[in-house]
Amino acid sequence: MSIRSVQLTRRQTRRVAALDRPRFGWKKTTWIWIFLLPTTVLYGIYTIYPIIASYWYSLVEWNGFDADQKFVGLSNYRTVFADPLFWNSFKVTLLFMLLVVPARVLLTLLLAIVLNSPKLPLIGVLRSAFFIPVVTTTAIIGVVMRFVLDPSSGPVNSILTKLGAGGIDFLGNQHLALPTAAVLYIWKFFGVTMIYWLAALQTIPYELYEAARIDGAGPGQVFRHITVPMLRPFLIIITVLTVEETFHNFDLMYTLTGGGPYFHTEIIEIYIYRWAFGASIPQLGQASAAAVFFGLLVAVVGALQLWGVYAGRRLRGEQR
Amino acid sequence: MTAVVERTDRQRRMLRRLPWWTAAICLVGIAALWIFPFLWMLSASLKDNMEMFTGGLKLWPSKFVWDNYARAWNDAHFGRYLINTVVVTLITVVLVTIRCATAGYVLARYKFRGSKIFLGVLVATLFVPTGYTIIPVVKISMQLGLIDSLGGMILALSGGAYVSAILIYYGYFRQIPRELEEAAVVDGAGFVRTFFSVMLPLAMPVTATVAVLTFITTWNAFFLPLVFTFSRPDLRTVSVGMQAFVGETATDWSGMAAAGVISIVPVVVLFIFLQRYFVEGISGAVKS
Repeated sequence: MSIRSVQLTRRQTRRVAALDRPRFGWKKTTWIWIFLLPTTVLYGIYTIYPIIASYWYSLVEWNGFDADQKFVGLSNYRTVFADPLFWNSFKVTLLFMLLVVPARVLLTLLLAIVLNSPKLPLIGVLRSAFFIPVVTTTAIIGVVMRFVLDPSSGPVNSILTKLGAGGIDFLGNQHLALPTAAVLYIWKFFGVTMIYWLAALQTIPYELYEAARIDGAGPGQVFRHITVPMLRPFLIIITVLTVEETFHNFDLMYTLTGGGPYFHTEIIEIYIYRWAFGASIPQLGQASAAAVFFGLLVAVVGALQLWGVYAGRRLRGEQR
Repeated sequence: MTAVVERTDRQRRMLRRLPWWTAAICLVGIAALWIFPFLWMLSASLKDNMEMFTGGLKLWPSKFVWDNYARAWNDAHFGRYLINTVVVTLITVVLVTIRCATAGYVLARYKFRGSKIFLGVLVATLFVPTGYTIIPVVKISMQLGLIDSLGGMILALSGGAYVSAILIYYGYFRQIPRELEEAAVVDGAGFVRTFFSVMLPLAMPVTATVAVLTFITTWNAFFLPLVFTFSRPDLRTVSVGMQAFVGETATDWSGMAAAGVISIVPVVVLFIFLQRYFVEGISGAVKS
């Protein structure tokens, strides 16, 4: 009882009013469900059903053409787990994440801090310029970059040759392909994390900076004692958001390298695609088993996300 | 005397701003490098194929070859791909906006049986990647006879994800004071009227944000359009068309650059005019 009343006082009363409404008639209930109908149908068919159906598909042997689906139990999982290329794709996915996330999170923070200072001229133009790659079509960037980095005719290598460095096969070299893709990916999605940080920075009241400056704090001190502690709660959220985004990387990888050379850039999404759509005889069961595993991986990170949000809230709560 | 004081004052102010201007100029340099690939693509789309190989990173073409655009538009079918993309994107934007606005509204304003579960399921599936759902999506589209059609592609694109759009509406409708709704009811407006003539107009900024985000996501979608058009090349969107272009005519690089420009310019223009809404939509993820 007492806990509940404390919660009530902390929330806005009108919110509670909206929630604790008395029961309403069947007419209104009908309208409520009519309003939810489009989402229920579309989201149900194209997101919820596939999530559940993947589990079923992962237990059958099926090529997608025939009507018959033979139940094979966990044998698809056994096949997938015994496939070194599956573990390779798992490794590539994680390695790519490790290459991309620190750069995206930390470098964007630096840029965001600079682009957040009200005294900087041309701020709007600069922000837009750094953001433009985000809105462009990833698949098209992948195709164009394949030409730009082409070892024999691409412009980058023609410059390198003129400088005497010789042709470098950025995407064909098995050691260079993944880092090259990582650099392109960072460039492409830099702006998203930058906006995250700008949003976080805007929660710091400007008076706080003013007060510190009047007290005689230098820029380094302001950064250490105001910016960093105020941003710490956001670090968790922004990192996890960025991690989740790196899982959605099919467009760039597929158009840039197609998973090559020799599977060195084959992320899990391409592995799934290869078995489900790329093979001459599709192995949907095996692809689904890999997909289920992938879904679990994303879910684990999602759970970390929730935990991160709570931890962040707690940190912010302590500061107050 | 005063004039001298003023001048030194101004000079001092200029001097104080000097580091900022230096920083800005450095950043402009970095920003120019940042968007260089797009500038290069634009210039490559106007060079002939020979100059593309020999010209390196030079931006100004020695001769403007507009024929590249004609080839991309007609021979590589980018005219048709562009129409496909526009149709798919516009209808998807309308569908997504309507379904997210209505869902966000009732979830925010009414407590009914199942509302918590509904919201919980949405939040739990916030990050489901396309790579995970793609096989059942294709399978069920085949069963419904919706594969190999723009309609099926549109439905699949509108049904996937966009939980964040519902959450943006949810957060917004939650803040609207109760009195507004009551006033509408007193004026004789029913459930539907209250939503369409009071609530939805109020949520205009949110609608703009959701529409712009959805537009760009759909325009750039690749995975779903790819698997939906395997046997119907005439239904390709620009992103899929670009991938196919390189596979089919491996030598026409300047035509490819022209096709890329045709495909990317609409989103960039949209972004430049509506970037406020776009930025708001993205920063919403952090704030909420």
